[in-house]
Amino acid sequence: MKRAGFAQPWLPMLLLLPQLTIIVIFFYWPALEAVRSSFYLEDPFGFGSSFVGLENYQILLESREYRRVALFTLFFTLCVTFFSLAIALLLAVKADKVLRGATSYKTLLMWVYAIAPPVAGLMGAMLVNHSNGMITHLFGAAGYEFRNGLNYSDTAFTMILVAIWKQIPVNFIFFLSGLQSIPVSLREAAKIDNKSGTSRFWTITFPLLAPTGFFLLITNITYALFDTFGIIDVVIKGEPGNNPLTLVYKVYVDGFRGNDLGGSSAQSVVLMVLVLALTVFQFRLIEKRIHYT
Amino acid sequence: MTKTETNRGQSAPRKRRFKLEHLLDHSILILGSLFMLVPVYLIIATSSFDRITVARKGLQYTFSDQMAENFHMAMFESTSFTGTVDGFTMLMNSLILGMGFAIGKIAISMMAAYAIVYFRLRFATFAFWLIFTTLLLPLEVRILPTYEIVQGLGMINTYSGLIIPLIASATGTFFFRQFFRSVPEELVEAARIDGAGPVKFFIDILVPLSKTMIAAIFIIMFVVGWNQYLWPTLITTDEGLFTLVRGIKQIMLVIADNNKIPEFGVAMALAIIAMLPPVLIVLFFQSWFVKGLVESDK
Repeated sequence: MKRAGFAQPWLPMLLLLPQLTIIVIFFYWPALEAVRSSFYLEDPFGFGSSFVGLENYQILLESREYRRVALFTLFFTLCVTFFSLAIALLLAVKADKVLRGATSYKTLLMWVYAIAPPVAGLMGAMLVNHSNGMITHLFGAAGYEFRNGLNYSDTAFTMILVAIWKQIPVNFIFFLSGLQSIPVSLREAAKIDNKSGTSRFWTITFPLLAPTGFFLLITNITYALFDTFGIIDVVIKGEPGNNPLTLVYKVYVDGFRGNDLGGSSAQSVVLMVLVLALTVFQFRLIEKRIHYT
Repeated sequence: MTKTETNRGQSAPRKRRFKLEHLLDHSILILGSLFMLVPVYLIIATSSFDRITVARKGLQYTFSDQMAENFHMAMFESTSFTGTVDGFTMLMNSLILGMGFAIGKIAISMMAAYAIVYFRLRFATFAFWLIFTTLLLPLEVRILPTYEIVQGLGMINTYSGLIIPLIASATGTFFFRQFFRSVPEELVEAARIDGAGPVKFFIDILVPLSKTMIAAIFIIMFVVGWNQYLWPTLITTDEGLFTLVRGIKQIMLVIADNNKIPEFGVAMALAIIAMLPPVLIVLFFQSWFVKGLVESDK
């Protein structure tokens, strides 16, 4: 807070009012509602609901399907995070290094940020179309029959590929801006001390990028968990069936298609706890970051 | 890749090594750019074909002569993916969502950040935590109860029901709070000595000072708002309120239905219209966009 603050009592209240009203109605109320209804069992015919305590959670944890979805979400998140970070880092290092065409590369590599996830999903779906998709043909040429939407791991491959493609630009922008904030004097000193580009990267540049990397790690996990809904929905063409799903997609399917209010709410609460844990982890890292910079 | 660089470095003559290294760097960057570019190129090329060709042969590398026709159908006729709504109406709805989301978010978060940073308010810390807790939970996590509340308020199939619940997060407030705190304190002291009240200080000094920040955050928020999918899918069942991105769902449903041959060319045209405005904004205002992204996400 500023020391020289204004002292009017009513004006700040008025200024805060719109934001507070919106978050109370559309954030706190639904969040509490999710917690509340996770303890209730909704009557399937709409005749009220009854308190069942932790039963919804128990059912959830014992459900083999839920465990399968959770495992897939873990795998999906790991793949998307690792590959989009690694590819973006490689590209950022190269774009930072070249002299000619650096601006054009930068533009070409970042503009996909603006494409909506479902649009990216539609492109992916066309590329893996069973009868005439280009990726399907590529796999066919290698002697493998790629069947998106029918084969579990093939569908997973498509989802992961599109999700990586969509996330590379953000990671690229952050890595590049991280690289460019490394002082020139430091780079030159390192160049004199160490002739090898590779070892210079791992001993000097990479540790200096660690704060950006940690931040991006959390951002990418959050992205893979929540922002890939549009990609998944379009790649599996809205049919859960036997397709791989993420936890967020399952909240949607159970809540809106299965009308399982209690179960869906319990899943929401599990996700809330997951996000909270991630955030605490992130704040810990931000505290540590001070030592780096 | 970097391994080969160093192995070669020991034996090859210095000048030669530099050239090879540059070649490698550029090849990697070109491959990366192509990876990002090719899928979109294929969509654009395919939008110039008739549906039979696409249905038989898939995405196309070359251009045909149907592009104007497909885009005309996508924009001004009912698109065969939706009932009566045309691409133009969806474009307008996307604009309303993108602008409404960006402007709404900037307005309420600037006001709230101003109140938190510049006023002696006992309840400021509490308000701060109340607002910043919202950073923790994305809409996707509480989607069902939010839907039910919006339904209870009679806001299904309205623009306000589409936009306002999406604004209920603190990203903007956090960003403006950081920025206001970096504004020198002498400014507010000088303004007070000159007799300026809080409203005058906000409008005449703080808002003009924040111009670049507002522009940067506007670009990010516009793109984020435009690209919303899950919420519009749930909240708009009335076609008159469909956005372009929401329309992708309809395209997908028609493609999934094997009984008829979808108008692939028109579908690709719609996908292009859906990505064009945000892409153009990001390209034209690239430096603001990068600034907004890098500084707001921290």
